Amino acid sequence: MPNSPVAMANHEAHDNPALLHHFATEQQQKDAASLGMWVFLATEIMFFGGMFCAYLVYRYWYFGDFGAGSQSLSVILGGTNTAVLICSSLTVALAVRAAQLGQQKVIVTCLILTMILGCVFLGIKGVEYHDKFVEHHVPGASFHFPGHIPAHPDVPINQQHAQIFFSLYFIMTGLHALHMIVGVGLFAYITYYALHKRYGPHYYTPVEIAGLYWHFVDIIWIYLFPLLYLIDRHK
Amino acid sequence: MSEHISSLKLYIGIWIALLAGTLLTVIAAGIDLGPFNAVVALTIATIKATLVVLFFMHVKYAHEKFTKVVIVSALFWLAILLALSMADYTTRLWT
Amino acid sequence: MATAAVETGERETYLNREYGIKSWLLTVDHKRIALLYLMSITLFFFIGGFFALLIRLELLTPAGDLVQADTYNKLFTMHGQVMVFFFLIPAVPAVLGNFLIPIMIGAKDLAFPRINLLSWYLYIIGGVLMLYTILNGGVDTGWTFYTPLSTEFLNTHVITAGLAIFVAGFSSILTGLNFVVTTHRMRAPGMTWSRLPLFVWAHYATSIIQLLGTPVLAITLVLVVCERLFHLGIFNPTLGGDPLLFQHLFWFYSHPAVYIMILPGMGIVSEIVCCFSRKRIFGYQAMALAVLGIAVVGFLVWAHHMFVAGISLYAAMIFSLLSYFVAVPSAIKVFNWTSTMYKGSITYQTPMLYAFGFIGLFTMGGLTGLFLASLGVDVHVTDTYFVVAHFHYIMVGGMVMAYLGGMHFWWPKISGKMYPEGWGRLAALLVFVGFNLTFFPQFILGYLGMPRRYWDYSHSPEFQILNVLSTAGATVLAVGYLLPMIYFLWSMRYGKPAPANPWNAAGLEWMIPSPPPTFNFDLEPVVTWEAYNYDQIKEEVPVAQ
Repeated sequence: MPNSPVAMANHEAHDNPALLHHFATEQQQKDAASLGMWVFLATEIMFFGGMFCAYLVYRYWYFGDFGAGSQSLSVILGGTNTAVLICSSLTVALAVRAAQLGQQKVIVTCLILTMILGCVFLGIKGVEYHDKFVEHHVPGASFHFPGHIPAHPDVPINQQHAQIFFSLYFIMTGLHALHMIVGVGLFAYITYYALHKRYGPHYYTPVEIAGLYWHFVDIIWIYLFPLLYLIDRHK
Repeated sequence: MSEHISSLKLYIGIWIALLAGTLLTVIAAGIDLGPFNAVVALTIATIKATLVVLFFMHVKYAHEKFTKVVIVSALFWLAILLALSMADYTTRLWT
Repeated sequence: MATAAVETGERETYLNREYGIKSWLLTVDHKRIALLYLMSITLFFFIGGFFALLIRLELLTPAGDLVQADTYNKLFTMHGQVMVFFFLIPAVPAVLGNFLIPIMIGAKDLAFPRINLLSWYLYIIGGVLMLYTILNGGVDTGWTFYTPLSTEFLNTHVITAGLAIFVAGFSSILTGLNFVVTTHRMRAPGMTWSRLPLFVWAHYATSIIQLLGTPVLAITLVLVVCERLFHLGIFNPTLGGDPLLFQHLFWFYSHPAVYIMILPGMGIVSEIVCCFSRKRIFGYQAMALAVLGIAVVGFLVWAHHMFVAGISLYAAMIFSLLSYFVAVPSAIKVFNWTSTMYKGSITYQTPMLYAFGFIGLFTMGGLTGLFLASLGVDVHVTDTYFVVAHFHYIMVGGMVMAYLGGMHFWWPKISGKMYPEGWGRLAALLVFVGFNLTFFPQFILGYLGMPRRYWDYSHSPEFQILNVLSTAGATVLAVGYLLPMIYFLWSMRYGKPAPANPWNAAGLEWMIPSPPPTFNFDLEPVVTWEAYNYDQIKEEVPVAQ
């Protein structure tokens, strides 16, 4: 029956030190871990979702000011970051594949590459944040965003509405960056165990579920990039 | 365990598709499509996300159907939040 | 393994396997974690109850003469926040759910025992932050944190209160995650979905809500904290923001939250009603679908808290209609419990008394919700004591009664001791009488126009008599709550030892000893019977000793 777990008294399985006591088989443990991570990612969709809701409301209300704010972001940096994350998703997928095939050196290489790419992303993000700070686009007392709405030279940018754009920009990308930092930390932990040859075809669950988390963070950015950087760019 | 192992070629192929999609998004943003700019951008993003979910996250080869239920449910719930909130915002100025 | 029990020669249970504070604080046994939660939520229940008593004392007289206005604001805010986030949301899932779900499905533990322990620690951290907030002057925003009052105009500890609830929210999310994965992956052979006790179904539905709703509250609190710290304008109308956006995001969680609170209680009632009617539940499938239906439709109705806040009339009409729909699955459950009892062999032990109380009071509270869902009526009774009475009927008359019923029903299993039945029945009676005396006058007060959250009602001194009745009721209710605390503790030392199945009830939890051994089952059960197989159980419920 596909629904009930196969729970035989399987003494051989219990020789595997990775099998925890309350599971009957390795497959059950792996399935539980996998389902657990997917359910967690569902909660993360709702967590980011609240911010997407706020974004949607204010983009609907203040489209012009949002367009102006968006145009002040660097598509080069944002686009590069998107590419960096896509590459890191590839390296993660290759790390999992290497674990499935027992290629110990490839696992470690791919994991390290993933972490490097993650740090590159965070570095570029830091540059962007610095630029915003220098240009006085950080919401607060020194916020100053002169100009007009794209394609409407007679309509000046509403400073309050623009601040809302930048508030959402910083909170959404900031929260995303926080998740990336957690992800890099997670992979550091896994790389340590990979160096000790802990993973292979018999057991690679942590690599796989950490990979799921990382891909999710990539997907969030896949949406953040056009929503934040590409509003009304043709004007 | 009989987990499906995808080929190197597949992963590279998806990677290239994702990069191409990104490039396409940026180019499309520079063309005036009126209200469809947002539609195009989100459609491309959704295709990219789907590729990541199906192939990088192995959902296409998952033997467990419930994973797909979890993903669809989360997206549906997000849609509830967005749609019903916007039901208020878009109708506020109706008389 | 040389456990402490083996050394003294007594049967090994989860209680005597190991002694010492480290064995409790570092446990991964779901049963011990349930007891850790029991102690913490009981503490917060009494803290929240203390605030309630102060509120009722103030309202004895029309003038605001006991505390100052600002203090009164803090009292009802802290009462609400502590009760909602630190008692009502976690109580049944974290105590009874944690203890019983693995046993009911035939498993040795939850899917993720260490995450279970993490859940408790997150709850404690949130609790400590909340205690810090209380001891440093509290918060006076109302439990609903409405903006821009909370983000802009108050100088009380909004941020620490928000952080406390944020952390406690993650405790809730992880518990839900554990229950969902456990129910999917850890069922014993033969325990199909259609043989699950309704208690498990109810917690599964609750977990769905916890998982999909709580993150939105979390992000909303993050936004409030950021807005307050950095003077942003996301929810501030003078800075271009929309205060209603906060309310949309807040209520998107907080409405389904009330279903987090009530669904586990409904699961308890199903178990109790079947046992004390000696009958299978009427309409098992409908009951399972109803809890799922409540969980889903409960997410579609949140803006009925915002009818007079300024949302569009058209959105209000949609939400009003959807709010009527959400009553349907609840009503189905009430009809099915009643049908279960029809021609059953009913006995009136303490758990059954609480179940009866639940069914009646939940029905009243639920029906008054329909009054509030009607746009025209809501204009008059919103933000009055009518609303306060409505939700207290469901939360206290419903959920707290179900919780007490469940605690009495499973106390023999958890502690291995019987509680004194006579005192149990007396306490149940006091709770029922005290509850109705406290909250029925509030329906009338609200209808007559007494606003909620008012510390002074000297403009309408005619409200006093009803307020005095309400406060008198609260005193009776307090006694009713203290009694179980006292006799449960008493029973741990002096109570009669409980057999494995003191109620001759159906269910896997009654087939293992009281208290259970650490790993629940010596041999993994193979289930070949349907749930609530009372037709196969020949014995009746033993007469109370």
